[in-house]
Amino acid sequence: MKFVDEFRDAQLGRVVAGQILAAADPGRHYKVMEVCGGHTHSIYKYGIDDLLPEAVELVHGPGCPVCVIPMGRVDDGIAVARQEGVIFTCFGDMLRVPGSELTLLDAKAQGADVRMVYSPLDALRLARSNPRREVVFFAIGFETTAPSTALTLKRAKAEGVLNFSCICNHVTIVPPLRALLESPDLRLDGFIGPGHVCTVVGARPFEFIPVDYARPLVISGFEPLDILHSILMILRQLQEGRCEVENQYTRVVPREGNLRALEVMAEVFELRPHFEWRGLGFISQSALKLSAAYRDFDAELRFALPGVRVADPKACQCGEVLKGVIKPWECKVFGTACTPDHAIGTCMVSPEGACAAYYNYGRFAREKEAV
Amino acid sequence: MCLAIPGQVIEVLDTANQIARVDVVGVRRSINVGLLSDGNGGGVEPGDWVLIHVGFALSKVDEQEAHATLSLLQRMGAAYEQELEELRTSVIE
Ligand code: SF4
Repeated sequence: MKFVDEFRDAQLGRVVAGQILAAADPGRHYKVMEVCGGHTHSIYKYGIDDLLPEAVELVHGPGCPVCVIPMGRVDDGIAVARQEGVIFTCFGDMLRVPGSELTLLDAKAQGADVRMVYSPLDALRLARSNPRREVVFFAIGFETTAPSTALTLKRAKAEGVLNFSCICNHVTIVPPLRALLESPDLRLDGFIGPGHVCTVVGARPFEFIPVDYARPLVISGFEPLDILHSILMILRQLQEGRCEVENQYTRVVPREGNLRALEVMAEVFELRPHFEWRGLGFISQSALKLSAAYRDFDAELRFALPGVRVADPKACQCGEVLKGVIKPWECKVFGTACTPDHAIGTCMVSPEGACAAYYNYGRFAREKEAV
Repeated sequence: MCLAIPGQVIEVLDTANQIARVDVVGVRRSINVGLLSDGNGGGVEPGDWVLIHVGFALSKVDEQEAHATLSLLQRMGAAYEQELEELRTSVIE
């Protein structure tokens, strides 16, 4: 229990852990998936799984946007970044994601003008101040981030900033969850719902989980105590034979979501028929592209992208990690060939990735000792 | 990039483009508050606390929630430091 004492209300944490133990059926094994990378990060940082009874296992889900970008899309980005006159912009986390040969950071070292931005609005400002250059923003993220790209594009259109365009890699959280629930590899008992995604989409998109698959989902905050409470709420539902979408994070998440954000997204984006996810393969209607009204800002139409599908490296087991089928340390290259400094797979790149979280908080050594 | 950080609104700079100045643990930057304009609290005023993600206010939070989230983030260490570093580079107009 090395990390537990660090969190606020450690005492209360133990009380909730006791209630979880009481709510668990001792003869049963529970697999609870935390969907969001932010939760994965909190769980490792605070050793929340150490507090749980053995019967309750936490499984990490596909909710880290950097982790799910397939190699072919990174290659597409690099191809655009290398074109004459382009300023290529992306979030810092994207720079070290491996493509089939290079990362964006490598391309930059070789002379491409690749710049890290904090916000899509910073990319738009670069376009305004460099009217002779083509400024391309490599957009990634779930519904938490997509409204920001949408509002930026609306502004670019209103101001007529025509040297600005976007490679849209925004993904939506519901289709991969449905794919996981359909997968024969994995039996999940409940879900810890992604708090920040839900501030945008609200609770309704998750209702299919109890309705079609008879599993509970509890929308959770990010404090260790929030996560413990959410696990308790899931176990109580199972104990009482209930199955619902409950909201533990009511202090931030309104049940209907952020209507303004949804409206802007609906105007600027439309669903792609299908999109490839790293390790998970093609999932239908799981990603966004620019709508017809915004086609002038679509970098995929403005530039010739290679668009080649690249298979993940043989050694990489990110797909299994993203599906929760294996734990990060069970990947053969974990901590040896694959580390945060030299990542083979994406889950090691972003701090929200399950492999990086395990690695950074020394979980690796402890798990090995325990085995 | 996944973190949402609480900040306090200092002033609304540009109502047409919905830009406000915020203070995030002493780092003062401009952000866009356009996602809060309809419903969701109807715009912001100085003193309000908001959750900020990639330069946009995602939702309003109360002061107690803001402080609790900040202390959680501070204990996250490297990821939080990096987010603040990136925020420092930002110039939103
Ligand atoms: S250790 Fe590396 S290659 Fe293996 S699953 Fe994790 S990120 Fe992927």
